[in-house]
Amino acid sequence: MAHFTCEVVYRGIFQKNLAARICRGIVLSARKAGRWGIAFGRYGDSPQRNGIPAKDFAIVADTQEELEQNMARYEPKEVDVTICVDDTLSKGVESWAWYGLQPINRLTVPNGTVLMTSLQSPADLLKDIHKKEAPYNLALIPAKASFSGLWVYKEDHTEARILGALAKIQPGFLSLDAVCAAIQEAEWGSELKAASARKAFERLESRPVKITEGNAETPFSFEKPKWWEMREGVSIPAIPIGKPMEGGKGYVPERNPYFKKFTTRTMRPVIDFDKCVKCTLCWLQCPDSCFDVTPDGLYDANMESCCGCGVCEAVCPAKDCVTMVREDAFEDNASQWEMWRRDKPAYMTWMGDKIASKQHVVRSHGFRFRGQYEEEIKQSLDQGGTEITAGIPGENAVGKQR
Amino acid sequence: MAVETKTPAPGTMATDDREMLISGSEACAEALTLADLDVVTAYPIRPYDTVMQAIAKKIANGQLEAEYIVAEGEHSQFEIVKHASTVGARVFCGSSGVGWMYAMECLTVTPPLRVPMVCMVGNRALDDPGAFGVEHNDALTVRDLGWLLIWVDTAQEMLDTTLLAYRIAEDRRVFLPIAISADGAFLTHSQAIVQVPTRAKVDKFLPPYNRGDLQLHPDNPITVAPQANEDWVIEIRRQNNEAMNRAYTVIEEAYADFRKTFGRGPENPWFEEYMTEDAEVILMGMGTISLPFKVGIRNMRAKGMKVGLIRPRWFRPFPTEKMVAALQGAKAIGVIDRDYSFGSPFGSGVVANEIRAAMYNADKRPPLLSFICGLGGREVTLEDVYKATDLCFEAAKSGKSPLKTQWLGVRE
Repeated sequence: MAHFTCEVVYRGIFQKNLAARICRGIVLSARKAGRWGIAFGRYGDSPQRNGIPAKDFAIVADTQEELEQNMARYEPKEVDVTICVDDTLSKGVESWAWYGLQPINRLTVPNGTVLMTSLQSPADLLKDIHKKEAPYNLALIPAKASFSGLWVYKEDHTEARILGALAKIQPGFLSLDAVCAAIQEAEWGSELKAASARKAFERLESRPVKITEGNAETPFSFEKPKWWEMREGVSIPAIPIGKPMEGGKGYVPERNPYFKKFTTRTMRPVIDFDKCVKCTLCWLQCPDSCFDVTPDGLYDANMESCCGCGVCEAVCPAKDCVTMVREDAFEDNASQWEMWRRDKPAYMTWMGDKIASKQHVVRSHGFRFRGQYEEEIKQSLDQGGTEITAGIPGENAVGKQR
Repeated sequence: MAVETKTPAPGTMATDDREMLISGSEACAEALTLADLDVVTAYPIRPYDTVMQAIAKKIANGQLEAEYIVAEGEHSQFEIVKHASTVGARVFCGSSGVGWMYAMECLTVTPPLRVPMVCMVGNRALDDPGAFGVEHNDALTVRDLGWLLIWVDTAQEMLDTTLLAYRIAEDRRVFLPIAISADGAFLTHSQAIVQVPTRAKVDKFLPPYNRGDLQLHPDNPITVAPQANEDWVIEIRRQNNEAMNRAYTVIEEAYADFRKTFGRGPENPWFEEYMTEDAEVILMGMGTISLPFKVGIRNMRAKGMKVGLIRPRWFRPFPTEKMVAALQGAKAIGVIDRDYSFGSPFGSGVVANEIRAAMYNADKRPPLLSFICGLGGREVTLEDVYKATDLCFEAAKSGKSPLKTQWLGVRE
């Protein structure tokens, strides 16, 4: 009797189809060895809409009865493998907003595996991944966060590579042949994707993580109120008025203590204060009241509340003033404005480094020109998958072509 | 059209009350005027539309100063008053039959927001067919949503209940919406002599609506109905349940105060008892169906048959203990539903199933017979009454209830 449990931590909406396909692939692959399984999502409205962390799970077991034993709870309390398909989540998962911050490895069993797609080194990732009181393995598939799961599935082979990697991590449950057979038989299957799975199997790098390694910060948590402590009428009081800054010249709004913070963003704004025209649009439009008004009339994005939505970048009329930058480029939540005021040349160097790779053609959430995603897919396929050649349809299942 | 009579009627009427010959709907509009309504929405559907016409006339005549908002449908209509109520307006709205159903989304979200909306349901059969006659299934659909639900019998009771409804719903301990059910045609469209109290007396009975810390106002910035995740839902439901439980006390207090202020009104708010003291058979039915039953009971009593009637008023909250106690002396109970619950236990009506559930833990459980009668506004005849009663006496004799539901007055 044996079972295998796996979670896929993903960016809600952007990766929901990807996560579902990974879990589906796990069950289908395990079925090749006569096992039973279930793939399910921990649904929530907010993550499904906003790109907030969400989870899908796959459980496979030798018998149906054993499978039920492991399904009789809303979500697994521990998993053999944690799969994370967006490495900005290595800072922790603030799932469903109200539970507080869960380290990405929280559910991983001792000596289990955290499998991530990332272009970062294990050392860089471990600056963000919280310490765990048991050793585990960190396995990496070199790839950027896949955006293929939004609404329709855009092929970038991420799910095939994850499945190939899993065959290496858990050979007792998923053999590489079973994975490849499942990929070919599934509705998204093709020989090309099976080749990607094999490549990931061969190239997967894994290293043990000691209990001394990782981010030493204590994750924050929230108290949830009892029914008689909650305000009636599904109502919540407004947050208090904020506090003045530097003798009333600036202003820091109060933030809702229950609202999600720190971890839910993939990007954050980097601001060139010299280019700011003080139009107030970022301050007005920010859905999370993230901006502090500085004494010199500038707007400083407070990283405690920023969800990384990119509205500030979109509404800013000044060219190159607000630039959204990948969250993994940052190690702390320090004030950019304070950095800038303290040492402007040093700030310009820091900022130039952060926004160096950004080409400001069209502003959007991480994509700045048409075709950028395709270019990046190619790049990441070169590092792990097989390049998708022209002429192959997205949904290229053999079964569908019959 | 309301006809005001000049001469005071004899009887118990307080000297400063006016007497008017008005329909149930107009009686409701009188009460709304006395209650100094702030916002009313309107979208026509028979038989409810008689109320909105009566209010429009009140406003046009300068008797009532209120916002009269014509909505483009029932869905908007109920949303408008819901929002008006959150800013502290005393509101009224209503509908009938499928119009009520069209507003179902809004009706669903009103109780969790603790909005003390007062509504009238002019009970009407649910289309198709497009029938205007009374059935109670329209109002009964909100049975499990957190609405307070009451059925009235006469135009006088319509007026009194409307005043009571604001008093109960707007009590901070409750803050739940109320649907006052009035039988289409029989009550909404027939005129009866009604005692209309003075504004001064109503002011004494009905304090201004004070939403307190739940009021949407710039001085009290709050968010109402934010997006909440699943880990808040059961707590919100529990809060609603507590409010529903508190309504029992508030209802009894309000009726006691009503009697004190206006010199009329029932001792027992929950249900009317008619000739039940020594009754071996107790018949039960809501709304205007009581009339043929009362007449039938009088005729049967003349023949020495010990039969009485219980007419439930409040259906939510349901007066379990009091109802069970009132039924303990009966040898058989006959519940006559002007509604149906297809596929329910024994294919009974909603009220019959509810009474059965209430009686399950009772010391004595007399045989209970379920009847469906008068659907779509069909006349409930004295023959129907006698037939139901005869079946009840048979069950009383045998001590067994025929579980099958009887449909009375249906063409066979």
